[in-house]
Amino acid sequence: MTEKKDLLGIEAQVEMLNKERKSNNAWNKLKRNKTAMFGLIIICIMVFMVITADIISPYDPNALDLGNAYSKPGVNGHIFGTDEFGRDLLSRIIYGSRISILVAVGATLVAGAIGLVLGLISGYSGGIIDSILMRIMDGMMAFPFVLLAILLMTILGSGAVNVVLAIGIANVPIFARIVRGQVLVVKNEEYCNAVRVLGASNFRLLFGHILPNIISPVIVQATLSTAGSIISEAALSFLGLGISPPTASWGNILRGGKDYLNTAPHIAMISGFFILITVLGFNLLGDGIRDVLDPKMKK
Amino acid sequence: MVKTFLRRLLQIIPTLLVVVSITFVITRMIPGNPAVTLLGPQASVEDIAKLEEELGLNDSLWKQYTDYVGKLLKGDFGKSYSFNQPVAKLLMDRLPNTLLISLTSIVLAILIGIPIGIISAVKQYTPFDYISMVLALIGVSMPIFWLGLMLVLVFSVNLGWLPSLGMGSLENGLKDVILHMVLPVTCLTTIPTATFARITRSSMLEVINAEYIKSLRAGGLKEGVIIYKHALKNALPPIVTVLGIQLASSFTGAILTETIFSWPGMGTLIVGAIENRDYMLIQGAVVLTAAAFVFINLIVDIVYMIINPKVNLDNAKGGE
Repeated sequence: MTEKKDLLGIEAQVEMLNKERKSNNAWNKLKRNKTAMFGLIIICIMVFMVITADIISPYDPNALDLGNAYSKPGVNGHIFGTDEFGRDLLSRIIYGSRISILVAVGATLVAGAIGLVLGLISGYSGGIIDSILMRIMDGMMAFPFVLLAILLMTILGSGAVNVVLAIGIANVPIFARIVRGQVLVVKNEEYCNAVRVLGASNFRLLFGHILPNIISPVIVQATLSTAGSIISEAALSFLGLGISPPTASWGNILRGGKDYLNTAPHIAMISGFFILITVLGFNLLGDGIRDVLDPKMKK
Repeated sequence: MVKTFLRRLLQIIPTLLVVVSITFVITRMIPGNPAVTLLGPQASVEDIAKLEEELGLNDSLWKQYTDYVGKLLKGDFGKSYSFNQPVAKLLMDRLPNTLLISLTSIVLAILIGIPIGIISAVKQYTPFDYISMVLALIGVSMPIFWLGLMLVLVFSVNLGWLPSLGMGSLENGLKDVILHMVLPVTCLTTIPTATFARITRSSMLEVINAEYIKSLRAGGLKEGVIIYKHALKNALPPIVTVLGIQLASSFTGAILTETIFSWPGMGTLIVGAIENRDYMLIQGAVVLTAAAFVFINLIVDIVYMIINPKVNLDNAKGGE
C-alpha cells in the first residue's frame, strides 16, 4: 500500500482523497440510495404541484357545475371525475396539495423550532429546569397525539394557521427529547470544554458549536414528522376540525367523499391515495437520510 | 433494582399531575358556554344563570381546579352534562369496547408482524424480504381513516360480506360481534403490524451479525435454536419499546377508527363530548386515556429492565 502511494505522487494522492471525500459526502451517499431517491422524486412532484397549482390546474377548483356532479373519472374531460358539487377533482387535488403539504411543513417547522430551543435549554442547563421541562414534555406525550390536536383545534377554531399550530405544538415533545438526549451526550465532550475554556458565552457554545453537531437526528425526525403531519392534517380535516370547505385539502376532500362511497367512490379513493403516496415519499426519504447521516443505524 | 423501580413509580406522580392540569386548562379554554349548549339557544337568562351556578362555573378557576383534583383523587370524575350520568360510569361502559378492538389488533400485530420481521431478517435480500418490507413501508405510511373507508367500500358496499357500522350485539350470538370487529380491527392493526415487522427485522439483523451468534453457529448449534432462542432474546428490547408506543397509539387510532365504523368506544365518546362541550366528560375521558398511557410506559420500562439487565434507569439519562 505504501509503495503504491509513493508511486502515485503527492498530487495524485490529493486528487484521490478529494474524490473519496466527494463520493462520501452526504448528498452523494443519498444519491446512491435508490429508495430515498424514489421518495425524493415523489416529493419533488408534489412540490411542483404546490408551486404551479395555478398553472397546471385544468379547472377552477371551486367552480360549481351541479349538472356534472359525481362524474366518473375521465368523463367530460374531468380526468379524476367530479365531486358532489360537480367541482373538478383533479384541480381540487392539485390545490389541496398546497394546503396539505404547506401545513405539514409549517407544523414541522413550528415543532422543530420550539422543540430545539426547549431541548437545548433542558439538556444544557440540567437540574431543576431540566426536570420541570421534561415532566411537562412527558405530560404532553402522555396525550394521544390526535386527541391533543383535536383539543387544540377545538380551542383555536378551524383554519390553516391553527392547524399548523395545533399539529406543531403536539409534535414539540418529540423534538425536545431528541435534542436534549443529544445535548447530554455532546456537552461534556472535549471540544465543548475547549470552547468553554476559551471563554465563549453559553449562547455561542450552544448555537455555534453544539447545535451543528446534533442536527442530524433533528433533520431525520423533521422528515418523518412531515410525513406524520400530513396524516394528522388529513385526520383533523377528516374529523371536520381542520381545514374547512370550500378550501380544498386532501383531508376534507376525503371527508366529503366519505358520504358518497356508494355513488362516487372515486372521490375518497383518489384523495386518500395522494395522502398515502406523499407520506410514503417523506418516509422513504427520512429512512434514507437516517442511513446516510447515522451509520450506526444502518441495517 | 427495587430502588430504581420505586423511583420510576414516583416519577409518574408529577407526570399525572401535569396531565390533569393540561386537561383542565385546555377544557376551560374551549370556546362556548356549556350551560347554553346544554339548555339550547331558547333558554332564558335565569335558567342559564341557575345552571351555571349548579355546575360550579361561577367559582374561581383555582377553586374549580382544586375541587376537580380533590374529587379525582377519590375516584369521582364528576357528572356528564349531556348524558346526565356519572362520567366514571360512562367511561367504564365504553372502555371495554375500545380495549376489545385495540388489544385484539395489537395481539394480531405481534402474531403477524414479529414472525414476518424474523423471516425477513433470516432471509435477507430474498423476494420475501423485499415484498414484506415494501408492504410494511406502505403500512406505516397508511392514513388509516382512508384504509377504513376503502375496507368499507370493498367488503361492505361492493361485496356485502361484512357489516360496517356499530359493534353488533351479543344477543345475536358471538359471531355477530366478531363479524362487526373484522373491519375496525383490520384497520387498527395495519400500522402496528408493519411497525413490528420493520423493527423486528432491523433488530434481528443487528443481532444475527454479532460475534457471539457467529460463534454459536461455529459451535454447531442448530440454526432454529440460534434464531429463536438466542438471537430473538437479544433482539427483544427495541421490540418491547415499540410495543409500548404502539399500545399507546392504538388509542389514537381508535379515535379515528371508531368514528368511521361508529364503534361505541372511548373515541366516539370523546368526539361526541367535544361537540357537546361536555367539559366533565372530556376531562374524564382525556385524563383516563392519558393515565393509561403513563401506566403503559411504566410497564414497558419495567419489562425493559427485566429483559435487558444492562439498562439501569438511574443511569439512563438520555431522553431516548
